[in-house]
Amino acid sequence: MTAHSITVTVNGKREYLTIPSHMTLLRMLREKLGLTGTKNGCEAGECGACTVLVDGEPVNSCMMLAVEADNREVTTIEGMTDDEGGLTRLQQAFAEHNAVQCGFCTPGMLASARALLDRNPHPSEGEIREALVGNLCRCTGYLRIIKAVQAAAEKGEA
Amino acid sequence: MAKHTLDPVGKSVSRVDMYDKVTGAARYADDLQFGPGLYYGRLVRSGYAHALIKRIDASKALQVPGVKAVVTGKDTPIRIGLYLKDRFIFAMDRVRYVGDAVAGVIATSEETAEEAAQLIEVEYEELPAVFDPEEAVQPDAPLIHPDLGDYEVVNFILPEPGTNISEHFKLRKGDPEAAWPKCAAIVEGTFRLPQIQHVPIEPHVAVALWEPSGQVTLWTSSQSPFAQRDLIAQSLGIPHGNLRVVSPYVGGGVGGKAGVSMEACAVVMARAVKGHPVKLRMTREEEFIGTTVRQSLVAHTRIGCDAEGNLLAMETRYYFGGGASNEYGVNIARAAGYSCTGPYYIPNVKGDSYCVYTNLPIGSAMRGFGMPEIHWGIEQIMDQLAEKMGIDPAEFRRRNCVKTGDTILTGMKMPQIDLVACIDKVTKAIDWGKEEKPSAAHKKRGKGIAIMWKAPAMPPNPGSSAIVRFNEDATVNVEIGAQELGQGAFTVAAQVAAQALGVPYEWVRISAPIDTKYSPYEWQTVASRITWSMGNAVKAAAEDARKQILDVVAEHWGEDVENLDIKDGQVISYQSEREQPLEKMVIYGLPSEDFEGWKGGPIIGHGKFMPTYVTNLDPETGQGTRAVVHYTVGAQAVDLEVDTETGEVEMLKIASAYDVGKAINPDLVMTQIEGGAVQGASSAFEALKFDEKGQPLNADLVDYRIMTTVDAPREIHGDIVETPLEDGPWGARGVGEHVMVQTAPAIANAIHDALGIRFNDLPLSAEKIFLALQEQQKD
Repeated sequence: MTAHSITVTVNGKREYLTIPSHMTLLRMLREKLGLTGTKNGCEAGECGACTVLVDGEPVNSCMMLAVEADNREVTTIEGMTDDEGGLTRLQQAFAEHNAVQCGFCTPGMLASARALLDRNPHPSEGEIREALVGNLCRCTGYLRIIKAVQAAAEKGEA
Repeated sequence: MAKHTLDPVGKSVSRVDMYDKVTGAARYADDLQFGPGLYYGRLVRSGYAHALIKRIDASKALQVPGVKAVVTGKDTPIRIGLYLKDRFIFAMDRVRYVGDAVAGVIATSEETAEEAAQLIEVEYEELPAVFDPEEAVQPDAPLIHPDLGDYEVVNFILPEPGTNISEHFKLRKGDPEAAWPKCAAIVEGTFRLPQIQHVPIEPHVAVALWEPSGQVTLWTSSQSPFAQRDLIAQSLGIPHGNLRVVSPYVGGGVGGKAGVSMEACAVVMARAVKGHPVKLRMTREEEFIGTTVRQSLVAHTRIGCDAEGNLLAMETRYYFGGGASNEYGVNIARAAGYSCTGPYYIPNVKGDSYCVYTNLPIGSAMRGFGMPEIHWGIEQIMDQLAEKMGIDPAEFRRRNCVKTGDTILTGMKMPQIDLVACIDKVTKAIDWGKEEKPSAAHKKRGKGIAIMWKAPAMPPNPGSSAIVRFNEDATVNVEIGAQELGQGAFTVAAQVAAQALGVPYEWVRISAPIDTKYSPYEWQTVASRITWSMGNAVKAAAEDARKQILDVVAEHWGEDVENLDIKDGQVISYQSEREQPLEKMVIYGLPSEDFEGWKGGPIIGHGKFMPTYVTNLDPETGQGTRAVVHYTVGAQAVDLEVDTETGEVEMLKIASAYDVGKAINPDLVMTQIEGGAVQGASSAFEALKFDEKGQPLNADLVDYRIMTTVDAPREIHGDIVETPLEDGPWGARGVGEHVMVQTAPAIANAIHDALGIRFNDLPLSAEKIFLALQEQQKD
């Protein structure tokens, strides 16, 4: 097992880590950095619960090796609120629409939605459905999540 | 400005867990930290569906550096189970399905445990296996539990030793034989449902610590911390007071985290390495085959009506494929038996409901608990009968559905409900009777309706309890044992407490995580019983605390307690118009008027609720005064399109209406209605598949698909009907499971409306629909 030293920016903070070559980004976040907001639902890239942003792009962190994050910027759910814990418009919209039940898919769902709004500030309903297709939810039936993303877009999610 | 919500019952206040869940701060069992002393467990699972274990050799595994211990069935030759103790924690002499846990490896890392697990040698002698429940009841079928007669079982479950039947519920009402000749129309059919899985996004995880002192702690993702404590304590001979189960937020339950599944394995493994916590986490594949699944069903059902379209007779046989253990599933067959007519008044009924062992994954509780399974056939037959009689299917249901005061199939009087109102709401919402154009020439459009009932299925007397504790500033901690699965139990508890106390909703905190060492008793968070049962307990606890406060103030003011009230966090007198804030006095009490001494003290209210009125049923007829606590009823209507070129179904709209008695939080009821409609729709297209040897073929989320954002209906409509329940808090009854019970048959009825083809077997795969269309064209 080879160990690697990497430098990765996580939620705006630079981290210097030594990690085994087979460690996934998901495991690095949860086990090396204690960022447990990113969830492990299948470790096979099938459920989307572990979605984070890498250089602004949504990534299943269970399908990316931590070494691949070297010199890149990672944003997790813990990095979405502001310094005082204030919610973004997207998070507020999820709360106002009751778009959350058990909450296990929520961090990944928020990451995918955030990436969508960053590249397409005014998505259609169809575009929202397409963007979130990789994030499974067993509780909500999705429609409130879609409406929450639409509402955040209307308010101009930054 | 901070929110200040008074009288929150009936208001859509925001969830108490919302902030934590949108910020990633909410902790689930996998997120708990245990430090460097943590060990990891891995299970060795059977590759055979049915085999004798001849030999287990762990010597090579034990030589792997980092491996601390290996446990097998011989370490725990004791059975576990909720209603029927039929399951060894680790297989003893035989394995009964592909995935049966044979051994557990404990090591210092996950990788080491995984590597060592592959080095454990197990020698098997393969036995004939049986997978179909109807084949399994044949006299020559392989016997899966030869010792069935020795198993401990509760008095209302009736296994048949020497067979694969773990429960046989008989329902006999009226005289069906005499009624059949009087029928103007009779429809009969056989309906099949495959095993499906809950697919919570959070897999099962358990961490167990067995202290050298004999104290045991289990951290789990569980709907049932108290039931886990009870069942594991009983099986392993641990005093209940020494076993502590801690359960943080659950990342989806759906019934799969009810009772005990893999958690007992973690405890047995921890016993082998005392002083070290052992973490056992299911992979997604294990989640499918190694936890629990929904039972399969074969239903043979025959229903007839008279010339006016009034239902006259029913005969039905339900064979539930319970899988390798039926410790929980026996009560699903029983529930299906005592509710076997569905939500209809039928004067003459013969029903037989069987739970049957098969060599497949363990069938257990899943949202709806037998009701989605039996409604699949019943609700299609009702459409067929209506068609034969030339009556509109909605009208046929209005005429025949169960109504308040009816003597239902078990002889029980139907408590207050309004199912006709639910039918009226959904037919209006979906423009019932109005033909809609499909969106393209190769698509066909149809509408369908289905109705449902379900009672909480449980022992006669499951209890709830609650404690309400005031803090110095008059904020309130509410302690409950009910679990937050996403359904909003914590929010409802806070609303009930605030309303009953007379304090703002925002002053209430829920004491979580649920911890059997500190939280008051709750049977299980299942059966849609929490809003009703826990709600009653919290209300009682709040009323107890309120009474304590008012007694102190009444004495202090020298007034009659009847003239006092608590409003907006203050005690007020309607007599003297005096006011006393709760702040401080709820801890320190009040000084006497002359400052010579004090009255009162810390306010702690407690409350409980347990139904006391459910009676036993006659084992030969299923008749009794009160079979269940109550029923929740509802209706759904769907509008869909079928693509005739691909066989794919597109859900356009699902309209639902349920009689919830009283919506404590209307928007949370709507979230159940919406999420349930999609889970119900998804279930119509789901199936676990196995080869002829019982090997799973699709135990992953690519091959076993659940609905995604692109599959979800374009529109979901919900309506709430409120016919109060006599013993519910403010009249409330549960609705958590009901919301998916009849979605699949509503879809099947709509597909029939669109294509003129009826499908008796689930799943409604595109392939099956496409081939049926091809066949139709040939004719």
